[in-house]
Amino acid sequence: MNSIQDRRQEYRSLFKQNVAKRLLVDKAVRIIVFSCVIIAIIPLGSILIEVFKNGLTAISIEFLTETPGSVGSGEGGIGPAIQGTLIIVGLSSMIGVPIGVMSGIFLSEYGDNALARFVRFFNDVFMEFPSILLGIFAFLIIVLVLGHFSVWAGAFALSLIMFPIVARTTEESLKMVPMTYREAGTALGLKKWVITFRIVISAAKSGMVTGILLSVSRIGGETAPLIMTILGSSQFFSSMDTPMDALPLRIWRLSLLPYDSAQLQGWGAALVLIMIIIGINLGIKYHFMNKKNGFFGQLIKQRRNTTK
Amino acid sequence: MTAMTTKSTNMEAPPEFSSTIDTSKYKMIAENVTVSYGGIDAVKNVTMKFKEKSVTALIGPSGCGKTTFLRCLNRMHDMTKNAKVTGKVMIDDIDLYSKEIDPIYHRRKVGMVFQKPNPFPTMSVYDNVTAGLRLNGVRDKKILDEIVEDSLKMAYLWDEVKNDLKKSAIELSGGQQQRLCIARALAIQPEVLLMDEPASALDPIATQKIEETIIELKNDYTIIIVTHNMQQAIRVSDYTGFMYLGDLIEFRETKKLFTDPKDELTAKYVQGHFG
Amino acid sequence: MDKVNLNLKKRRVISDKVFKIGVTVAGTYVLVIVVLMAFQLMSESYPIWEKEGLSFITKTDWNAVEDRESFGALPYILGTLATSAIAMMIGVPLSIGIAMFISDAPAKIGAPLGFLVELLASIPSVIYGLWGLFVFRIYFRDWIETPLHNAFGDNVWLFSGNPYGLDILTASVILAIMIIPTVSAVSREIMKAVPQQQKEAAYMLGATKWEMFKLAVFPYSKTGLIGASILGLGRAVGETMAVTMLIGNATGISAIPSSLFGPSQTMSSIIANEFVEASPASIHMPALIGVGLILLLIAIVINVVAHLLVTRMLKIKEGAINN
Repeated sequence: MNSIQDRRQEYRSLFKQNVAKRLLVDKAVRIIVFSCVIIAIIPLGSILIEVFKNGLTAISIEFLTETPGSVGSGEGGIGPAIQGTLIIVGLSSMIGVPIGVMSGIFLSEYGDNALARFVRFFNDVFMEFPSILLGIFAFLIIVLVLGHFSVWAGAFALSLIMFPIVARTTEESLKMVPMTYREAGTALGLKKWVITFRIVISAAKSGMVTGILLSVSRIGGETAPLIMTILGSSQFFSSMDTPMDALPLRIWRLSLLPYDSAQLQGWGAALVLIMIIIGINLGIKYHFMNKKNGFFGQLIKQRRNTTK
Repeated sequence: MTAMTTKSTNMEAPPEFSSTIDTSKYKMIAENVTVSYGGIDAVKNVTMKFKEKSVTALIGPSGCGKTTFLRCLNRMHDMTKNAKVTGKVMIDDIDLYSKEIDPIYHRRKVGMVFQKPNPFPTMSVYDNVTAGLRLNGVRDKKILDEIVEDSLKMAYLWDEVKNDLKKSAIELSGGQQQRLCIARALAIQPEVLLMDEPASALDPIATQKIEETIIELKNDYTIIIVTHNMQQAIRVSDYTGFMYLGDLIEFRETKKLFTDPKDELTAKYVQGHFG
Repeated sequence: MDKVNLNLKKRRVISDKVFKIGVTVAGTYVLVIVVLMAFQLMSESYPIWEKEGLSFITKTDWNAVEDRESFGALPYILGTLATSAIAMMIGVPLSIGIAMFISDAPAKIGAPLGFLVELLASIPSVIYGLWGLFVFRIYFRDWIETPLHNAFGDNVWLFSGNPYGLDILTASVILAIMIIPTVSAVSREIMKAVPQQQKEAAYMLGATKWEMFKLAVFPYSKTGLIGASILGLGRAVGETMAVTMLIGNATGISAIPSSLFGPSQTMSSIIANEFVEASPASIHMPALIGVGLILLLIAIVINVVAHLLVTRMLKIKEGAINN
């Protein structure tokens, strides 16, 4: 028996006194990993600071409402761009949201078959298509056919970005509604579409709206698909069949001009755009996630089985 | 009705040891250990002393805190968020929970085998056993081979894998995987072995092999085993502690606890009145 | 009585049938769009394939002058691959580091930091470009590119070009920042999927936190992390505006990068720059659409591979939990 003990001791003696070194390596890794986070956040901070710092000086009522002045003059504003962004986002949503929601309903409520798996897969792949190619597609089937730039083409292109996102978030929100809700509806003798709209969607409303708003904030910043569809303009909206401006387009075009005044206007436009986007994102976070009746509030209530 | 509401009676020291505690005979001492999760105490002020080269079984109904207590003995709760542990766990006079030393220095002395076998799936049998050794800086292939053979023999697995040590660990059966985990824990030459229901996920034959292993290991190690199987406790352990709702109700030599329990609650449990 | 019941049933069935058809059509919409899009890109770019054949992919000309038209997509393919590869080399390690930190940090620190990293994803590409053009480029050129050029320019061809700041490296670095939110978020999910018992086994052996990562987390999640990185690659390949504003916009053979500090062009940036100027009568537009087709193929392949790797890893986790 003693030899076993001796062997144990012998083995133990082989263990290097390396714990201190290992702890040091561990600490070094912690520092490295933390600096990765810092390195990522610095650009975020810098972008926000620069946009606010530079953009603020450009902002004025004139800036927000007037058309651009002559190139390089520093006069005028981005009125058409703001109007254009609102119009194109609105139109795209009108096209993209219904398709996305219906598609999400399909995937969630009728999704247990091969076709749905196919659709889901294509949805995920399509979501990653480079957006400039969506612009080419819209150009080819609308602009080329009509013979001129068209607001419809731009709206269609952006709707192609929207609907897969809305479909996916809708599917996930609907899936979170427990089957018991649907079963209750069936037991009451309700038709399936009635159950879906009145019961299931009501319960999943917050999650769905969150998804829709996220897709809206996403397309608000998109530039590439608009280049060959609405082209951009220095005039306010006149008709669906003429070019129109939008904030991202204007920012890009301003950045190409060699004038300081144009640069300044670019920052101003960027500030407006960022405010809109961050506004939507923060609104989502605080409104839907903290409300007791919000998506997560509902989940928590269900788990606790309380009635309020 | 004293039955269900019970304050923990003091643990019964095995008769050989007098009230002047001779710590040199105890390998591990847990003193006033309390574990709370978010305000609820899962383990309430438990004190247990574990004699060197013995097997101690922890029994009790589900949720009594035996596994929670076991995991205190090697500071596994460091990995759990919201868990607060107070008290001392001394191994050879060194308190694992002392603020002065980093537990890494001493955790190696306490090996653990978990309920479900959890070998590293991307590694071979050989690499699983040597995992802990490589952490401790052992590089010499000859020594590693030696320790691998030694550990696998102690775990009663050597004969079954010796011809193909490079086999992937997940190709082994459940019982073999668990013995591999035992070998992995033994490879780092611990002094105490903690086992959390090591045979509960295994079939009867594998269970028997594990129990045989435990009885053999007793000659060199201090073993603490959590089990819900009272027959198992009787078969393998020298001492048994019975826990209920976080309290240590009774702690005595196994034979005595099962044949002549002092506490009414213990009696009810070992007679199978509740589980 | 029976007739009434039957009518009700029929009506119920009809309206539900209509509903089912409606949502199914909506579901298949994406299939139609993808097929239509692929078809359109192929047919509208046909002229360039007819003229150049497959050598369109290997040629380096880019001449839109009438009667001397000649187009080759190679420089832009190389530009896309180069910028994306460098973006990955920088962005993936950073993202994995971030995922390691956040997955391990207590919720009070992890949640806000995670939120900030997510915020990076909501900044539009054109604003990255603006900031890159007027802020980042200046510092990058003066503090990193110029010193590197002065120190190693003669010996290392990578640093030989004269740095103006509008070049492959600058565009790649901004691209790296842009893929961090995606790669780190997916990596975090992958790391969370590692079973707790694996980490406990490593811990039991006396491992430090870093050693626990090396023993239990990384080997288990290797496939998923690669998938996450390829997802980031897919994103980098499709990025347009920020790259367009920073890459220096060379065309033809001079777009093939001779150093990290040389101007270049990617597939998406050449389209963004030239599409509205190209006359549909010439073969210029089909050439651009041809570039778009190549981009589409590359993007599809990358994203399908990424998806397979990531979902395989997450399915394994689900399987493990169900056991």
